[in-house]
Amino acid sequence: MSDLHTQDNHAEHHHHEEAPHASFSGYMIGFLASVFLTAIPFWLVMGGVFESKATTSLIILAFAAVQIVVHMVYFLHMNFHSEGGWNMLSLLFTAVLLFITLFGSLWVMYNMNVNMMPGMMQ
Amino acid sequence: MSQSVAVNSNLDFVVRDHHAPNGTLLGFWLYLMSDCLVFAALFATYGVLSQSYAGGPTGAELFDLPLVALNTAFLLFSSITYGFAMLQMQQGKKHGTMIWLGITGLFGAAFLAVELYEFYHLIHIGAGPQRSAFLSSFFALVGTHGLHVMIGLIWLVTLLFQLSKHGLIQENRRRLFCLSMFWHFLDVIWIGVFTFVYLMGSMT
Repeated sequence: MSDLHTQDNHAEHHHHEEAPHASFSGYMIGFLASVFLTAIPFWLVMGGVFESKATTSLIILAFAAVQIVVHMVYFLHMNFHSEGGWNMLSLLFTAVLLFITLFGSLWVMYNMNVNMMPGMMQ
Repeated sequence: MSQSVAVNSNLDFVVRDHHAPNGTLLGFWLYLMSDCLVFAALFATYGVLSQSYAGGPTGAELFDLPLVALNTAFLLFSSITYGFAMLQMQQGKKHGTMIWLGITGLFGAAFLAVELYEFYHLIHIGAGPQRSAFLSSFFALVGTHGLHVMIGLIWLVTLLFQLSKHGLIQENRRRLFCLSMFWHFLDVIWIGVFTFVYLMGSMT
């Protein structure tokens, strides 16, 4: 019976600690990385570092993707085991839908414009 | 003997499944994910219409990048100060939590003020949402993000009152954690906005 009591307390204790434990160093690493990952794209565009627009676009999109991951890990404390993995599973599911929505729309509409209004695409 | 086995397996269930009694954090995360899909639709709309200027001004003519950089800095600083508020909360310091939360609110308000100034300026020079499809989708996307920040600010002020009245009770810790996810989530959306809308729109 006493065993039951301890176990119960244990469960209770766990319940109160369900929020992930954050640390000062974690937040600082995330913050410094974010500053770095924000400043470089702004510098690339404002300074006109690359001649080609496509090159600059690809590089700043890559920086944005890395920064989103940094924010997810250091600020939102994403990992594979919080909430029994459901956080990550729902995130991945959302990412798939996001990808389909964004690239699907851009792809379909671009092709429609090319095929229906060839004059407007130069 | 058989009874003890039954009890034990029951306890196993309790210990392993300790999130079941309160799914608020997971539920809130699922809300954020569905909100993310709202933004996905808005980003897709903007992506499709971003070249439809209707003879009006282009992004390169309208966007003021130093102002956007300032706004990005405000939001980034508000993220780290919210992190400090969470650290104070973990140490059970009510005053520290409230101070950092207040600073976060000030950064959020500064962000909103700059964004409202930008909107006011655009509408004033005739580049309002009705000017072209590009501007409609721009105002819809950036405006929705700004609206989220405003709701986050109202929530933050509400939490400050609840903290001063009730202290760091379990309910308030849960609310602080939900707002933390909301606030950092808005920062993630802003990364997409400043990259996809402002930086890419400024290149000619």
